[in-house]
Amino acid sequence: MNKIWLVTQRELLTRIRKRSFIIMSLLGPVLIAGFFAMMAYFAGATEDTHVRKIAVYDSTGIFIKKIPDTQYLKFEYLSGVKLPDLKKILKTSNYYGILYISPAIAHNMSAVQLYSFDQPAMNIKQYISSVIEKEIRNQKLLAYHLENIDNILKSVETNVTVETVKLSESGDEKKTSTELSMGVAYISSFLIYMFILLFGVQVMRGVIEEKSNRIVEVIISSVKPFQLMMGKVLGVALTALIQFSIWIVLSIILISAVKAAFLPDVSAVSAAHPPQDLMATAGQVHQQAQQASPELTGIFSMLDSIDFYVMIGAFLFYFIGGFLLYSSMFAAVGAAVDNEADTQQFVMPITLPLIVGIMVMVSAFQNPSGPIAFWFSIIPLTSPIVMMARIPFGVPYGQIILSMGLLVATFIGSIWMAGKIYRTGILLYGKKVNYKEMIKWLRYKN
Amino acid sequence: MEKFSRKASPLFFYTIFISLLNKILYLIMDIFKAEHIEKKYGDFLALDDVSISVPEGTIYGLLGPNGAGKTTLIRIINQIFAPDKGELFYKGRKMMPDDIFGIGYLPEERGLYKKMKVGEQSLYLARLKGMTRHDALKQLKYWFEKFEILGWWDKKVEELSKGMAQKVQFIVTVLHKPQLLIFDEPFSGFDPINATMLRDEILELRKNGATVIFSTHNMSSVEELCDNITLINKSKSILEGEVHEIKNRYKSDTYEISFKGNFDVIKEPLTSRFDLLEHKIVRDTNYVKLKTFCQSHDNELLSLVMPHVHVTSFNEVLPSMNDIFIKVVGSSNQEQL
Repeated sequence: MNKIWLVTQRELLTRIRKRSFIIMSLLGPVLIAGFFAMMAYFAGATEDTHVRKIAVYDSTGIFIKKIPDTQYLKFEYLSGVKLPDLKKILKTSNYYGILYISPAIAHNMSAVQLYSFDQPAMNIKQYISSVIEKEIRNQKLLAYHLENIDNILKSVETNVTVETVKLSESGDEKKTSTELSMGVAYISSFLIYMFILLFGVQVMRGVIEEKSNRIVEVIISSVKPFQLMMGKVLGVALTALIQFSIWIVLSIILISAVKAAFLPDVSAVSAAHPPQDLMATAGQVHQQAQQASPELTGIFSMLDSIDFYVMIGAFLFYFIGGFLLYSSMFAAVGAAVDNEADTQQFVMPITLPLIVGIMVMVSAFQNPSGPIAFWFSIIPLTSPIVMMARIPFGVPYGQIILSMGLLVATFIGSIWMAGKIYRTGILLYGKKVNYKEMIKWLRYKN
Repeated sequence: MEKFSRKASPLFFYTIFISLLNKILYLIMDIFKAEHIEKKYGDFLALDDVSISVPEGTIYGLLGPNGAGKTTLIRIINQIFAPDKGELFYKGRKMMPDDIFGIGYLPEERGLYKKMKVGEQSLYLARLKGMTRHDALKQLKYWFEKFEILGWWDKKVEELSKGMAQKVQFIVTVLHKPQLLIFDEPFSGFDPINATMLRDEILELRKNGATVIFSTHNMSSVEELCDNITLINKSKSILEGEVHEIKNRYKSDTYEISFKGNFDVIKEPLTSRFDLLEHKIVRDTNYVKLKTFCQSHDNELLSLVMPHVHVTSFNEVLPSMNDIFIKVVGSSNQEQL
């Protein structure tokens, strides 16, 4: 145990003293913020800003001037032309497409056709169908000749946004935001993915370095190979945790800086106006804060709704568990090869479950309690990523415990197997190793 | 309390007696013994019933061609591997995991962390050998001063030359004052200056009471250094014993005479009784190598020659370890065919 600690100490010290570690620790939060800002920017940038003109050929005459133009979609209503002629001139005209509405519109669902040279985007299709549906509904209602029909139609028109409120067993209500839960879930599973991959590869590099430096035999004459491997894995894990803590602290400082910059400081205001009427002042201040930036206050109040203690606890558990599982495999790969170029064929299968995890995570947002999300959050290879994506939406404790228990059992098994491969591989030079060989090593006695 | 101590004291003396007995026993016995070691890698038999016993305070050579199993045996002694069969004894009792603290090992594949500083790295490796920080620093200072390398303390290993790194490597091996030192092919990677230094240090270590096991291809170093050897070929021990005794065992009753005078005068009587192996004249001295048919013939040989020529030297030709190595390995390979 003492020796594992010595190895861990060395790994930790040599790693956190590196300039790259210090730079990454300081730049990390900024880079991650930049990364997400860039993703948001690109998501915005892909929104189509091209203005398209669509010729409407309405053989029913019901929809003339009834389809409202949007910012990017303009509709022009043609009459006295024939559809085949229109199709012929479409290429040379400045229309994007022809919207043909056939007389059978009231009964036939596919009576509306949009002709164009390229496949129209989803949102164009959706827009047109929703407008036409609405218009047909109105027309059908009109056919009943009700009194005041115009007013009725206006009054039934509503627009709803769903505000989600999570209930707790103690009866508390918390205003939540699906988008925010998604954001937190995305960031935390992505961090787990990134940390496991980044630092897992560091373990592998460390093992290869020791092997190619030829220092490994000097060391394992004083410590057991297993102790050396565990010391390295733990040292790198500690390095990762320290880096992560630095990121958290820096992010909190960043967030409070943003808070202080955009929200007037409550205590500062009340200090400036000594409270004569306590209630009035408090109300005033609150109003001021609300006025300053209602959206931002909203976000901060919703941020408070996520249980960060549970999140951080689960994050640490799944990070450490996932890291032990994956880095032991990375260590085994490092021991089996002579240089990094040979690692490809072994690293691929290890990173595959991680990538599957990320893919399932994205689909888990659609249905956080669905069967896919459930199973992949229980299976140990993907559970660190997928479970972290589910937790912000709320997961029954039984599932969390099952998933954690399986993860622990699996990483113990994987460390044991990796130890066997490591022990044999680490002293083997100049031999191309394949899977068959590695399985043989599992059967070697001590 | 009184009762307890009266009861405990015979036991106490008994343990002291036993440990003393052990000490005495191991003084006249071997510091290290391996009995009937067998080791398999999958289907490949790396060691087949190999036994060695290393007397304390001697230098023990492990010889053998490449791939014979020397490094495997050395790794078993260092408890890097456990044998499949057989047992290891250290100081007269079964070997324990903590016994590696009493062993210094310089592997054939050796190196240091390139990015780490010399001092820090030596300290780390010393502490892995179970030394306290304080002891390690004290010993490091002694050795660094002895080799005049104190100025390297804060240098990174990658800044050192290969020869310099070898010195650091050696210091790290002997730092914890091991009673048993194991060198795997120590002369292979070392430059001539460091190899000489290493040889002198090995001899000095023996003088100070340490025991040394080393494996080598270098037969001249065996003759120079080893008291005992084991020759391993194809996983089996095929020759074992004291170097001196082995040489006698493999001598072929060959003698060399050098003399001044006319060779033709004695040529006829010599060739009729003995095998003439070689004759050469260097300046005015004749050198003749002869093979007798049994050892008692040496006086006869001398008396035959003495009346006719002026004998300047007469000695029995012992085979070199190199000859023995080639002969024994060759015949053992032949047997297996």
